[in-house]
Amino acid sequence: MNQTSKENLLEIKSLSAGYSSQVNIIRDISLWVNEGEILTILGPNGAGKSTLIKSLCGLLRFTSGSILFRQNEIIGLKTHQIISQSIAYVPQTNNVFSRLSVEHNLDLGSLANPQIHDQRLEHVFELFPDLKRFLGKKAGILSGGQRQMLAIARALMSAPAMLLLDEPSAGLSPLFRRQVFEHVKKIKESGVTVLMVEQNAKAALKVSDRGIILSDGKLRLEGAADELLESPEIGEIYFGTQAMSSK
Amino acid sequence: MIQFLIDGLINGAIIALGAVGLSISYNVMRFANFAQGEVMAVGAYISLAFVAMMGLGIGRIGPVSFGWPLLVSMMFSILITAIVVLVTDQLVFRMLREKESSRITFIIVAFGLSLIARNVITLIAGGDQQFLSFYIPRAVEVFEGVKIVPDDMLILLITVVCVIGLHTFLNQTLMGKKMRSVAENPSLARVIGINVDHVIKGSWVLGASLAAISGTLHAHITQLDPEMGFELILSMFAALIVGGVSSLYGAVLGGLLIGISEALAVAVGWSSYRGAVSFLILILVLVLRPEGILGEKERDA
Amino acid sequence: MLEFLSFPVFFLIICSFYAISCLGLNIQYGFTGLFNVGVAGFFAIGAYTSAILSGPKYPDTLIGGFELPILVAWLAALVTSAIIGLLVGLITLRLREDFLAISTFGIAITIQLVALNLESFTRGPNGLYGLPKPLSGWSEDPAVDNILFLMICFVILLALYLSLERIYKSPWGRVLRSIREDEFAAESMGKDVFSYRLQAFVLGCAIMGLSGAMYANFMRFISPQDFMPIFTIQVYVMLIAGGKGNNLGAILGALMIWGLWSASDSLIALLVTPDFQTQAAAMRLVVIGLVLILMLLYRPAGILPEKKNVSFLKD
Repeated sequence: MNQTSKENLLEIKSLSAGYSSQVNIIRDISLWVNEGEILTILGPNGAGKSTLIKSLCGLLRFTSGSILFRQNEIIGLKTHQIISQSIAYVPQTNNVFSRLSVEHNLDLGSLANPQIHDQRLEHVFELFPDLKRFLGKKAGILSGGQRQMLAIARALMSAPAMLLLDEPSAGLSPLFRRQVFEHVKKIKESGVTVLMVEQNAKAALKVSDRGIILSDGKLRLEGAADELLESPEIGEIYFGTQAMSSK
Repeated sequence: MIQFLIDGLINGAIIALGAVGLSISYNVMRFANFAQGEVMAVGAYISLAFVAMMGLGIGRIGPVSFGWPLLVSMMFSILITAIVVLVTDQLVFRMLREKESSRITFIIVAFGLSLIARNVITLIAGGDQQFLSFYIPRAVEVFEGVKIVPDDMLILLITVVCVIGLHTFLNQTLMGKKMRSVAENPSLARVIGINVDHVIKGSWVLGASLAAISGTLHAHITQLDPEMGFELILSMFAALIVGGVSSLYGAVLGGLLIGISEALAVAVGWSSYRGAVSFLILILVLVLRPEGILGEKERDA
Repeated sequence: MLEFLSFPVFFLIICSFYAISCLGLNIQYGFTGLFNVGVAGFFAIGAYTSAILSGPKYPDTLIGGFELPILVAWLAALVTSAIIGLLVGLITLRLREDFLAISTFGIAITIQLVALNLESFTRGPNGLYGLPKPLSGWSEDPAVDNILFLMICFVILLALYLSLERIYKSPWGRVLRSIREDEFAAESMGKDVFSYRLQAFVLGCAIMGLSGAMYANFMRFISPQDFMPIFTIQVYVMLIAGGKGNNLGAILGALMIWGLWSASDSLIALLVTPDFQTQAAAMRLVVIGLVLILMLLYRPAGILPEKKNVSFLKD
């Protein structure tokens, strides 16, 4: 855990955060994310996974510790300042503007540098060719899976160095779920570092490089994805007595 | 019959323009801004001040008694009204946003501000009625029994131009798209990197500009007094809700509808109840179709 | 002999009208978080109801001359205000809170217009005069009348205060407060939020109507002038300055703000020459608006803050 090599894109040191000054939902978490990898954060409901990812975007009022992105402290910055440092975040729900057209949704993704808009649009269409058909349509008519694609596509419009995904497969049909993970892999291959929160441990770890397991707001386990997949401990922390193979 | 329709249309155009300004704060800032009427009054009085300072009257262009002195005054009024509103936002509303105050607190504060604005106007300009000019525009008979005042036509034209301009702004410019995104889902707008505070300031400027225009136009065809905005605000709210709060064209349609109904009330001799007409229509719509004529069902994000 | 008392008695009576309206608003805004912009309207409904039912026959009105006992007229005022409140509430309380604000604002304006124009009922701007005053005529000295009236005010105020304190602490009051703090949490606990809101709104309107009725029979004359929107703002300033959610705060706020208001009245009359009366009046309204905003910005809990239960989510 003490590794501090130059390839760390993000480094979190003893981070505690919560919605009120008294109650911290996550406590004393330290982790790092290497450039170009997929790191998945796992854990049971209420473990603090979403809180962790939200605190990275400056969405929590009370945060202590340190979050270094490219060696720069981002705690204390406003959300839009953090996002403009080439971090993109896709919330779990309500993540598209349903009254806006698909095209306008995508336009809002490249706010930080509009001059790359056309080039990014091409890139995004390569990943999600489906979106092209719906360009002029209101995002509200899209299916759940298509919305998820649109939300991820909008995040990619800013050409982020790092993509934060909050449970991208939640609520999707099995077909879309598989697609989402395939897309995440492709996004990584295009050079984007991905930090993803997931419930779907097995499917997520399969595409990930490393994984982290939280429970009760604390970091319990950290390791390479394939090791975690085999680890017996994960089942215990994650599912209690239940074996994880049932997922 | 046609005459009162035309009268109602002109009245409605001004209400519509005011309601469009109101709808921007209602959608982007998410509260009923009871001070919007006073922003109109402030705009009208600033125009009056510039007309008086230039001392050239309001001028004429062709048949229209809306010449460049008034036009220039209105431009200055837009600028200064926007500054006044931005300063108020900085001093008052920004603090409420930072404290994450409830929507009700915003409304009460707006109510207090409208009281302050009315009385500051009284202190500076006096409580009596004033006029942009004493020129009485002459009506032109276009059909038998139907008279049209050229200035009224200009007001319709300006309203149409403003609405088309606003539509283009909201759909084509990046700032417009940001405003629509904040209107729909402010928390998502924030996490995709939009500086919501900037967008809110932008929408104050937009709302103030529309208010300055509609206030000046209203003053041009009627008169100015400190209560002018307060007397219009209920009609404007009714227009907004009747048309559908989330729809720009709803506000326009609602404004015309309210304007025509008020003219109808005057035509049948209920002129003293004119103010209650918009309230009755408002209640009717709230009972029958609370989302408004063109509105979508509310989905609170 | 009682002359030295006449001003303080008059002052305290007017204060009680405000205090009672303030308590009514406290149920709506303080307990439940409802924004009613029509306080003046419901006050007017109560005043006109009582005036028409208890007042004499006028030569120029269509109805009137019922000359009912004052107690009956007051109860009727209470019920009428409650019914209008119920109608407004039924229409708007399911919708966004702004709609309640806008609708009650409309109600107040409409009632003013009716008072001003429906001359066959209200005599328009000429107002209704010669209204009976309770317990009057016991003594030659009109000061005694007022002292007796003040007793009535105290009794009603005390009764209201004690009942509202009980209501505040009752399970019903707790539900109202939980709705104010977090509507969705209250809903998820199986509470019918709409119905609770409606009950609170109607109760508040009824109390405002009662204070209007008392006002009418004390002044013995009412006209549309008495029910201007500024009344609503005054009551809000009182409640917010005193402490919203706190019944004692509501009463204290009424006493304080009405004290300042009448003091400024005397000051203006004393110091300002007639030429500048308009400006002085405008200045005072600017100040009251500033007080309202500054309180909300810097001391939103008021002078006597509500004692919050620990169980509420708060940060």
